[in-house]
Amino acid sequence: MKIVVLVKQVPDTWGERKLNIDTGWLDRTSSDAVIDEINERALEVALSYQDSNDAEVIALTVGPASAKDVLRKALAMGADSAIHIVDDQLAGADLILTARVIAAALTKADFDLVIAGNEATDGRGGVIPSLVAEYLGVRQATYLDSVTITSDSVSGERGTENGSMSVHATLPAIISVTEQSAEPRFPNFKGIMRAKKKPVVVWSLGDLGIDAASSADSGHSVVLSTRQRPARTAGTKIVDDGTAGVALADFLAAGHLI
Amino acid sequence: MSNVLALIEVSPDGHVSTTAAMLLGAASRLGTPVAVVAAAPGSSAALGEALGALGAEQVYVAETAEVVTSLLAPQVAALALAFSALDPSAILVANSIDGRELAARVAARLKAGLLIDAVDVRSDGGAVVASHSVFGGAYNVDSAVEGGPVVVTVRQGAIEDRAEARSASVTTVPLDVDAAAFAVIDAIHPLPAASDRPDLRGATTVVSGGRGLQSKEKFVLVEQLADTLGAAVGASRAAVDAGFVPQTSQVGQTGVTVSPQLYIALGISGAIQHRAGMQTAKTIVAINKDADAPIFEIADFGIVGDVFTVVPQLIDAIGKRGSNS
Ligand SMILES: Cc1cc2nc3c(=O)[nH]c(=O)nc-3n(C[C@H](O)[C@H](O)[C@H](O)COP(=O)(O)OP(=O)(O)OC[C@H]3O[C@@H](n4cnc5c(N)ncnc54)[C@H](O)[C@@H]3O)c2cc1C
Ligand SMILES: Nc1ncnc2c1ncn2[C@@H]1O[C@H](COP(=O)(O)O)[C@@H](O)[C@H]1O
Repeated sequence: MKIVVLVKQVPDTWGERKLNIDTGWLDRTSSDAVIDEINERALEVALSYQDSNDAEVIALTVGPASAKDVLRKALAMGADSAIHIVDDQLAGADLILTARVIAAALTKADFDLVIAGNEATDGRGGVIPSLVAEYLGVRQATYLDSVTITSDSVSGERGTENGSMSVHATLPAIISVTEQSAEPRFPNFKGIMRAKKKPVVVWSLGDLGIDAASSADSGHSVVLSTRQRPARTAGTKIVDDGTAGVALADFLAAGHLI
Repeated sequence: MSNVLALIEVSPDGHVSTTAAMLLGAASRLGTPVAVVAAAPGSSAALGEALGALGAEQVYVAETAEVVTSLLAPQVAALALAFSALDPSAILVANSIDGRELAARVAARLKAGLLIDAVDVRSDGGAVVASHSVFGGAYNVDSAVEGGPVVVTVRQGAIEDRAEARSASVTTVPLDVDAAAFAVIDAIHPLPAASDRPDLRGATTVVSGGRGLQSKEKFVLVEQLADTLGAAVGASRAAVDAGFVPQTSQVGQTGVTVSPQLYIALGISGAIQHRAGMQTAKTIVAINKDADAPIFEIADFGIVGDVFTVVPQLIDAIGKRGSNS
């Protein structure tokens, strides 16, 4: 089975993340860039299947040159090879263009199963897997809290605001997984050393037959303005002397909050 | 005025989603609000009445029995059909899990642009402009779509405008669903009957608990304070991971984003990923026994103390005020 895991480089959620006020795009210089935690979970789902089945696991990312670091991390965790789509025309790409590029790359790479994170921590779109599924015309079983992979299908529990449902899709399919799905393994020393020798293929938009300008034949989003909100500041802080509960009730009453 | 479609989610047992009123309110700002629903055959009369009451001028019901067997396919097909029938200027969908996914598939199918997680929408010279709150509210970004139709997902609970009730015209069409490119639903497990507590999204007051609550049993304290205040219950990821509450209560980077009038954090350290989901609250109160907990950096009123002594006293004090007034 050929499994492609979609991984994204994102600004570390532990740091302060910034937007460029002029473009509305991510300011990549302001914070550390890391593999999104949810994509480590997605990779874990693939690797744990590979642990006891015959499978090839490929990590795929669309991102700037620096994004090769997340592919190295994926290779160190255990992916067999990686695909990096990098092209200057992709600077500021919107979700639609990113999804078109991923779809074209998946077609070129070929796959039985694609595993994505449910939602990236930077854009918080939660839409790339669905967009890709529509472009490819493949089944999607997304937002899975748990996943079972067999040789010809994938199934799991999809959690939503209203409860959950058991779903399945025959392969080829694209799935996305939630935080509940798996705890990622840590790369060990051997994995890190072996990763250095694993192949990373680099493709440009030309290699995929995509012209970014041709995205003009479909709707695309434009940023009109970006404003930074003033940071919050601390207010009153008291140490409980046995009456803090009453003091809090007074504070809430004064603010008409009770 | 042009039509604006609002995709209304309906549960398998026929309940209209709580996001319907918001979507129709938002749609009525942009044009003529049309509710689009994929529903089981025979449900259009009831839906017409319910959605008219929430402000829909027209209710477009695409009927198919597949709503309970095919994941997202019926809703996507219903929107695509309504789009070609009604030539709308925009499509609005809730930014729920189902909503964002079906919005994405519809946008790809219609060659539309996609604006996600809008906290506000407005019409600017005929164009739809969406406002987004990015990186936990650190930035406000306005965006629009060029070169094609526009699909917007609207954050649940973000828009308070409501459209006036009317008696809607109802259009019922049979829906032919091509489910080949979608997953199959094998079983549906609805959440146990909703409590009387308000929805976390859109709640005016939220009381959240963290790892400091120690156990599922002791987490009840959070619920008691929430019920005293008529508040929704939230939690940190650590509290979810520890099994105190279901994941649907998680507030933060990978959970729900809330923006209530009052947010009370109990036994929550205030990690940056938690703050990303609540720091736009109007007033923040924190109770934590560690004076250095980062939550105090953004709290309007912070108490360094033990939740197990301060909160019961608070509940008692609120009760006494209630009975005095
Ligand atoms: C990619 C990513 C996404 C994440 N997403 C989220 C998210 O969506 N939401 C989220 O919350 N976290 C998220 N996290 C996790 C986050 O980093 C923290 O681990 C988490 O918020 C900690 O939860 P906590 O404050 O309950 O636990 P802790 O940090 O352990 O804090 C518990 C607090 O309780 C206090 N305490 C203990 N006992 C008492 C008592 N008796 N009375 C008063 N105070 C007491 C302690 O002093 C401590 O400050 C994410 C992390 C990552 C990497
Ligand atoms: N640029 C990208 N490269 C590779 N995978 C991506 C990219 N953007 C999004 N994804 C995948 O899609 C998932 C959901 O992302 P999003 O829809 O942007 O929230 C992520 O967790 C990734 O698995």
